[in-house]
Amino acid sequence: MDILANLGLGLETALGLTNLLYCLLGVFLGTAIGVLPGLGPVATIAMLLPATFGLPPVSALIMLAGIYYGAQYGGSTTAILVNLPGESSSVVTALDGYQMARKGHAGKALATAAIGSFAAGTVATLLIAFFAPPLAEVALKFGPAEYFSLMVLGLVASIVLAHGSLLHAIGMIVLGLLLGLVGTDVNSGLARYTFDRPELADGINFVIVAMGMFGLGEIVRNLEHEESRTLLLRHVSGLLPSREDLGRIVAPIVRGTVLGSLLGILPGGGAMLASFSAYAIEKKVSKNAAQFGQGAIEGVAAPESANNAGAQTSFIPMLTLGIPSNPVMALMIGALIIQGIQPGPSVMTEQPALFWGIVASMWVGNLFLLVLNLPLIGLWVRMIMVPYQLLYPAILVFCAIGVFSLNNSAFDVGLMALFGLAGYVFAKLDCEPAPLLLGFILGPMMEEYLRRALLLSRGDPSVLVTRPISAVMLALALVALCLVLSPALRRKREEAFAEEE
Amino acid sequence: MTTRVRNPKDFWAGLIYLALGLAAVLLARDYGFGSANRMGPGYFPTVLGALLALIGLIAVLRALVRPGAAIGAFAWKEVCLVLAATLLFGALIRGAGLVIALPVLVLLGAYASVHFRWRAALALAAGLTAFSALVFVKALGVPMPLLGAWFGG
Repeated sequence: MDILANLGLGLETALGLTNLLYCLLGVFLGTAIGVLPGLGPVATIAMLLPATFGLPPVSALIMLAGIYYGAQYGGSTTAILVNLPGESSSVVTALDGYQMARKGHAGKALATAAIGSFAAGTVATLLIAFFAPPLAEVALKFGPAEYFSLMVLGLVASIVLAHGSLLHAIGMIVLGLLLGLVGTDVNSGLARYTFDRPELADGINFVIVAMGMFGLGEIVRNLEHEESRTLLLRHVSGLLPSREDLGRIVAPIVRGTVLGSLLGILPGGGAMLASFSAYAIEKKVSKNAAQFGQGAIEGVAAPESANNAGAQTSFIPMLTLGIPSNPVMALMIGALIIQGIQPGPSVMTEQPALFWGIVASMWVGNLFLLVLNLPLIGLWVRMIMVPYQLLYPAILVFCAIGVFSLNNSAFDVGLMALFGLAGYVFAKLDCEPAPLLLGFILGPMMEEYLRRALLLSRGDPSVLVTRPISAVMLALALVALCLVLSPALRRKREEAFAEEE
Repeated sequence: MTTRVRNPKDFWAGLIYLALGLAAVLLARDYGFGSANRMGPGYFPTVLGALLALIGLIAVLRALVRPGAAIGAFAWKEVCLVLAATLLFGALIRGAGLVIALPVLVLLGAYASVHFRWRAALALAAGLTAFSALVFVKALGVPMPLLGAWFGG
């Protein structure tokens, strides 16, 4: 195992002129869209996915990854300057970041976010390089039973860590699994749930589901309570933090990075939970706890490092096991499949340039963010000022053309409208659409692994509990379910998300 | 009946799960259940459909016991306008072409906003149509007719 050689191969791939350009384009687009309030990373990536289909797989994934962490970064800029989180994981950044901006320290807050993100990104990239290969090696020994149990565990964990009602999270996952089965059954060739529509024979494209539920659904939800934004300031000055500030943010960045990296690996965790917990912990341990909520620089540093670390380490289960830990990773898996790559542990051995290229590009992309964003702050400020009534028709156009271009099919556009309606109605009923997307991607894979596991065991379902690894994973899933139903943990879970309200 | 439902959000979500779950099970009856040894195409959908229906039932029953918040007002006007705009785009793109379908999408969609102004919306429609024609059709080669079949395009 030669990590240096692997990272060298990765850097070679990532620093090739083409990939460098796509990485730059990705972080630039990601930041631009992350800055815009009311357009989340899932909708963004779904919208831009069709544009990457024509690219080579490495470039496509590098660009998509860049969009993802660029969007994290852009979201915090908006949170600090207008007190409106550009996306959900920067909700807590708004608490102290906006207060800092009101006191005239906007530049310092932005710089803190940038430095924290970069430091966390660097550590998380190294973590991926160290921990992904051994994990993939273990995963290579997995049979279908282990995979099935792993997916069950992943889905259960995503319920535990998701916010909102548990029952609805489970319901949405099962509904997603079912929707994933629409189309021709690979084993029998039978068309299932297609209602004799030839357009459905190949199944529903995940881009349609994501754009409908997250793109259109979000538009209607935003239109429901349209508000006008007031920008705090047009000119940001005093970007560089003083030596004293740097001293104050070192420890929060370290704590945020550690916490974020851990939470990012867990299914269902990802960036949002990371930033919420990092803020809550920092508030407890910091010497300046009294200042929190009134512009404490620590309150910006910790969640910003945590969400970037979490965003990055959530690539570990996606790249090594082929299991998405959040909806963005579900889209990445979909993108891999469209590129003809079966996600899973074999990606690392069969496509080393792809795997290590993505890993290395994350570090390169973070460097881009650090170097580019502070000078470009004036541009981002102008983008924030684009009023929503001019923004969302453009989103509509991108969604409509994007979905139409998948198959040149008007039917797909109608299907997207249907998912938009469903997304809105479910949101009204407090049912989060994110678990549905996870289930949707995993549905066909779970069926296939279960079928193979049962075929190998001659129909004996006990194979799932007699094989040790599979049994451990199912037991863990059961424990997680029991824990989350216990009143004590329930309270803690609600506490963790309390800041959001 | 409405007086008995104490948590309308749970109740309606549960009904949706229940209906979809049962429909999935009923449709899957035609697919061949097979056996655990050789799972038929209907095996997994039936299991999932039954599970979904069960979750729906729990939600409905829970809604009768545990109180919860009322469902907020639906923004029907906005929903209908945005969805109608999307559907019309789909219906028009082949026949009428991009230069008709896209302005329809933008104008009808933009009309959903409380800040709608004709002048700004028209300018936006023109700008987005020009952008899409240049970037998507000319540069990226998305096969969308600028002028559709109805105009001999």
